[in-house]
Amino acid sequence: MNAAAAFFYLFAGVTVASAFMVVASRNPVHSVLFLILAFVNAAGLFLLMGAEFLAMILVVVYVGAVAVLFLFVVMMLDVDFAQLRQGFLNYLPLGALLAIVFFIELALVLTTRFVDPKAFKAAAPAAPKPDMLVTNTEALGRVLYTDYVFFFQVSGLVLLVAMIGAIVLTLRHKAGVKRQDIAEQVARTKATAMEVKKVPSRQGV
Amino acid sequence: MVQAIVFLPLLGFLIAGLFGRVLGARPSELITTGFLIVGAVLSWIVFFDVGFGRGAYTVQLASWMRSGGLVVDWSLRIDTLTAVMLVVVNSVSALVHLYSIGYMHEDPSRPRFFGYLSLFTFAMLMLVTADNLVQMFFGWEGVGLASYLLIGFWYEKPSATAAAMKAFIVNRVGDFGFMLGIFLVFVLSGSVGFDAIFAKVASFSGLKFHFLGTDWNAVTLACLLLFLGAMGKSAQFLLHTWLPDAMEGPTPVSALIHAATMVTAGVFMVARLSPLFEASPDALAVVMFIGATTAFFAGTIGLVQNDIKRVIAYSTCSQLGFMFAALGAGAYSAGVFHLFTHAFFKALLFLGAGSVIHAMHHEQDIRRMGGLFSKIPFTGAMMLIGTLALTGFPFTAGYFSKDAIIESVYASHAGPWGYAFILLVITAGMTSFYSWRLFFKTFAGKPAAAHDDHGHAHAAHDDHAHGHDDHGHGHHEPHESPVVMLVPLAFLAFGALAAGIAFKEAFLGHGYEAFFKGALFTGKDNHVLHAMHEVPGWVVWSPTVMMVLGFALAWLFYIARPDLPVQLAQSHRLAYEFLLNKWYFDELYDFLFVRPAKALGRFLWKKGDGAVIDGLGPDGVSARVIDVTNAVVRLQTGYVYHYAFAMLIGVAAFVTWYMFGGAH
Amino acid sequence: MSSTVAAVPALGPALPEIVLALGALALVLIGAIRGDRSTGLVNAITVALIAAAGVMVAMQGGGKVSTFNGAFVVDGFARFMKLAMLIGAAVALVMAGDYMRKEKVHQFEFPILVLLSTLGMMLMISANDLIAVYLGLELSSLSLYVIAAIRRDDVRSTEAGLKYFVLGALSSGMLLYGASLIYGFTGSVSFAGIAKALQGEAGTGAIFGLVFILAGLAFKISAVPFHMWTPDVYEGAPTPVTAFFAAAPKVAAIALLVRVVMTAFPGITGQWQQIVVFIAIASMGLGAFAAIGQRNIKRLLAYSSIGHVGFALVGLAAGTAGGVQGVATYMAIYLVMTLGSFAVLLSMERDGEYVETIDDLAGLGRTDPVMAFVFAMLLFSLAGIPPLAGFFAKWYVFAAAVEAKLYALAVIGVLTSVVGTYYYLRLVKIMYFDEPKAAFEPAGGVVRAVVLASGAFVFLFWLWPAPLVNAAGAAAKSLF
Repeated sequence: MNAAAAFFYLFAGVTVASAFMVVASRNPVHSVLFLILAFVNAAGLFLLMGAEFLAMILVVVYVGAVAVLFLFVVMMLDVDFAQLRQGFLNYLPLGALLAIVFFIELALVLTTRFVDPKAFKAAAPAAPKPDMLVTNTEALGRVLYTDYVFFFQVSGLVLLVAMIGAIVLTLRHKAGVKRQDIAEQVARTKATAMEVKKVPSRQGV
Repeated sequence: MVQAIVFLPLLGFLIAGLFGRVLGARPSELITTGFLIVGAVLSWIVFFDVGFGRGAYTVQLASWMRSGGLVVDWSLRIDTLTAVMLVVVNSVSALVHLYSIGYMHEDPSRPRFFGYLSLFTFAMLMLVTADNLVQMFFGWEGVGLASYLLIGFWYEKPSATAAAMKAFIVNRVGDFGFMLGIFLVFVLSGSVGFDAIFAKVASFSGLKFHFLGTDWNAVTLACLLLFLGAMGKSAQFLLHTWLPDAMEGPTPVSALIHAATMVTAGVFMVARLSPLFEASPDALAVVMFIGATTAFFAGTIGLVQNDIKRVIAYSTCSQLGFMFAALGAGAYSAGVFHLFTHAFFKALLFLGAGSVIHAMHHEQDIRRMGGLFSKIPFTGAMMLIGTLALTGFPFTAGYFSKDAIIESVYASHAGPWGYAFILLVITAGMTSFYSWRLFFKTFAGKPAAAHDDHGHAHAAHDDHAHGHDDHGHGHHEPHESPVVMLVPLAFLAFGALAAGIAFKEAFLGHGYEAFFKGALFTGKDNHVLHAMHEVPGWVVWSPTVMMVLGFALAWLFYIARPDLPVQLAQSHRLAYEFLLNKWYFDELYDFLFVRPAKALGRFLWKKGDGAVIDGLGPDGVSARVIDVTNAVVRLQTGYVYHYAFAMLIGVAAFVTWYMFGGAH
Repeated sequence: MSSTVAAVPALGPALPEIVLALGALALVLIGAIRGDRSTGLVNAITVALIAAAGVMVAMQGGGKVSTFNGAFVVDGFARFMKLAMLIGAAVALVMAGDYMRKEKVHQFEFPILVLLSTLGMMLMISANDLIAVYLGLELSSLSLYVIAAIRRDDVRSTEAGLKYFVLGALSSGMLLYGASLIYGFTGSVSFAGIAKALQGEAGTGAIFGLVFILAGLAFKISAVPFHMWTPDVYEGAPTPVTAFFAAAPKVAAIALLVRVVMTAFPGITGQWQQIVVFIAIASMGLGAFAAIGQRNIKRLLAYSSIGHVGFALVGLAAGTAGGVQGVATYMAIYLVMTLGSFAVLLSMERDGEYVETIDDLAGLGRTDPVMAFVFAMLLFSLAGIPPLAGFFAKWYVFAAAVEAKLYALAVIGVLTSVVGTYYYLRLVKIMYFDEPKAAFEPAGGVVRAVVLASGAFVFLFWLWPAPLVNAAGAAAKSLF
């Protein structure tokens, strides 16, 4: 067992364990923290495969933004997770059964993949030639706006929808709330903003 | 011309039936009656043309069905027998139509009534003009339908609908036999056309036929089956129960259908099939036996009935028995002659009774009548003529025809002739007795207690007072019927008096051959028509003597000593009850057939249909559907995690199926 | 470092989609600048854009064209389904106008989201690889989640949106999982590549992936057992939104399902056929039985749509060109019947409120004979009673199933349609034989026009079925 394999099992093991803890832990804050742990380990797995860009993205976006956002929300909202969780045990047997079924079947599938090479129909992709070797980032950049421009644009639309949706469903214009209007602020002149008053001495305003 | 006779009533029916509401009652009456009068006049022309002129012919109308050896045509067979029936049917029908204009004048659905009457007439004409058994059966069922509709004409009366159903159902028994007979004849002769059948009678007369576990003479069996149909239609003993109940229909209907025409269809059928019956002495014996028994049996019941129409109904039943007895004796022409004369005087009696009922504001019980002769003299006179003809007063129509029957039965010396002769002679006396009893109680004596308790009587017969509410109150004095009702009476009275003497020779005497021209067949050993003229003198006189005896007894009982019948009834309570209850036939049939059938029906309905078929079929299925629905709806809990579980279970099931099931 | 300039992909085939996308962006700007006052304008422009897209789709020449490295394909099948779907979307949107005004839903985003969803569905129909499938599906679904909850102050509406979103996310997860398995076992995401890799027999892994992909797609067409969201979402969402849900996405998702199994998995027909047969039977059965228990017309129509998807899948199960023709015909006729039914539902307004229970229909035969007659025709057609259009729809799919020797499936289909007849006829009975309630307020012109047009279609379809059936036949041929 070389070092890569050892790290693989380390990262994989921790990922699975922390994923389980996300579901199992009683304290929601702990859950989010375990989620972060799982993300980080998954990033480690990416690194082992040489996908450093994805690894970094995972850390930056998921750990740095999404998971932290989760943490804020969980801590700010007074959600009684214990109560939400009450039904959980009722469904545990069924859920466990389903999980076991899936697990066994997946295991069987994956073994056939090794036992029966015919199941793996695709030829292994040829290893890139040394002079083609580029960084992850550059490789992605080459194809993202050319071969995959369609997917890229559609993804953009998906995000647009997500944005519109979030606004439609949550944005409320409450009357009587003071908002910053930058244009108005910028457009202020001395004439509109200031009034010079003569204050008679010893009388006050 | 013949086509006009047959199809004018159909046209009348269609006009009155389809457009009666549009046209209104009066035009419907006039159209149907007018058509029938035209038909009646034409019938008489045909009668003389065929009977005394050029003779029989057949009019082919259309082909009905052809299937292998089965060929059935629509055609009109016009021979003397048919001509006689045409005259009877159309004359009586025309007069009844005319009479009904007066009798039914307050009924709200007159177009329907006249439509039915015309429909009946058409069906009856199809029956008598039939050239084959199938067309005859068509007419046979048609008159049955019309009879059903007319008996139940006042369908809001439960008793009327019950009577209509009874008539229809009892007739089904006979009709079933008739159908089997037609089938058997077809099997034997390979045809349903009369000429073809008669031509082949000799070829199959000796054959045996296995039926109900016994070997029968094929012709005898066919004749008996066909006769079963005749028994049903002509209300012969055992299948007679529907006829008295059929009096629930309006009185003109009783006169037309249940006295003059439809009930004689059985007689006509046997006469028409005389070549077949001649080939089977056994069948003729049965016919004579049943006829004589019916005559006697119905006569006894007629002795004690109190409903004016029922008395006449039993009289009809009895007279039909006379006709069959004559047929059984082989004297077909005597039977047909009696049919002919009987149509006149029995229709006369019924229409007269209708006039009485009309006069009495729909009172039918003769115990509540009396002394009516002075109030309604014309009707009384007509009834007197009818009674004379029925009882066989010398030189009236009945005298010739009935005496001829008794003589022919005596002269036949075939089958149960002794039994039949004795019964018929006794019945002649009973006929006289109950006829005069009816007449005396209705027209003679004092006005009975009728008006004292008229209110009660009216209440009891409230259902008869159909549309007469404004009529029955206040003015209670009996009144003579309108002219439109009396004219038919006069015509029929003329027939009742003159029909016998006018056509005696043609039917029974020297004119027989020239008149019938082979329409009625008599075997070469059948000499009854000659023998009947040579019977001993006491035989000839016996019916007349009985008639006088009956008259005397009736006079004694109902004019001289009105207390006698009451005493007699009390002293012979059992016999009186037996007769009054019509030999308990209704009760017997109720016990034997009706109740078991109803019980079976109820069982099949509740258990068979309700529990098994509905339970396992529609109801069961729909109940299971609802169960499934409830179960499925309960799955829809509204909880997201249930839904998610359902999806996951689904996927897991599919995957498992492919992993371990027969995916490959 | 070599730097080759990639060729610009052909944009022509995707022109309708590009127009819609740019239009959506423009509309967002208009809305953002003018605010909710612009709702009417945005709505009108959206309808115009969809109509324009429809015209462009119709004008695209025959033949099969693909672009974006084969990720996007336009063929006869795509054109047929896109046209049907666009008609559904446009009609639903037009009908929504009145309702939204009366119910005071002023968000200008509503038509934009419908537009984006429509765009996503067009991408679904044209999708030719797994990534395009997923992106199209997500684009349309995300918009649908939002518009289900568009009445954000209405508990039922938000609940509907949330349920739809959670379960939709689960189904998307399944789809992605399946897609990853398929990619892993075939080494390709393009349908052609997958089909090539799966010629002959397939390993268990690929079938595993197939199951998950089918599960994800079955969720979109609400086939049993992935249907559970349907009644709740249909009931909770505003009625015009439900009309949109029942019409356009069903057509698009069925089209996607057909394309996936027909072009990506033709080599393992025997495998997916088993799943399709099962979900067809389950959908027909559940649709028929569960609808009987409903009092709410929207819920009832939800189960009805589940059942109809089952019938359409009968055609797909046949796996033949005839079957696909049946599916295409079925979906087109279903679309019309559904829009008509929802138009009737949208005309059920009493005392300023929309009502939607079965009992509210009582006596419609007397209060509004025309509407009642048309609705009765639609219901008879949904039940599949000849000579109405719905009968022909069922006829084609059952005929295809019988030709493919799926006798049991056809028989079960006929039996369940008999059960289904019960609840359609019950509506007719209530309309004609129950004591009338107060008359509905007169429906808007558009709604009434939709009712009458759909009624005329189902009533007169038998006179001239050839254009639709032939077009569906041509569409089906393009997949083989």
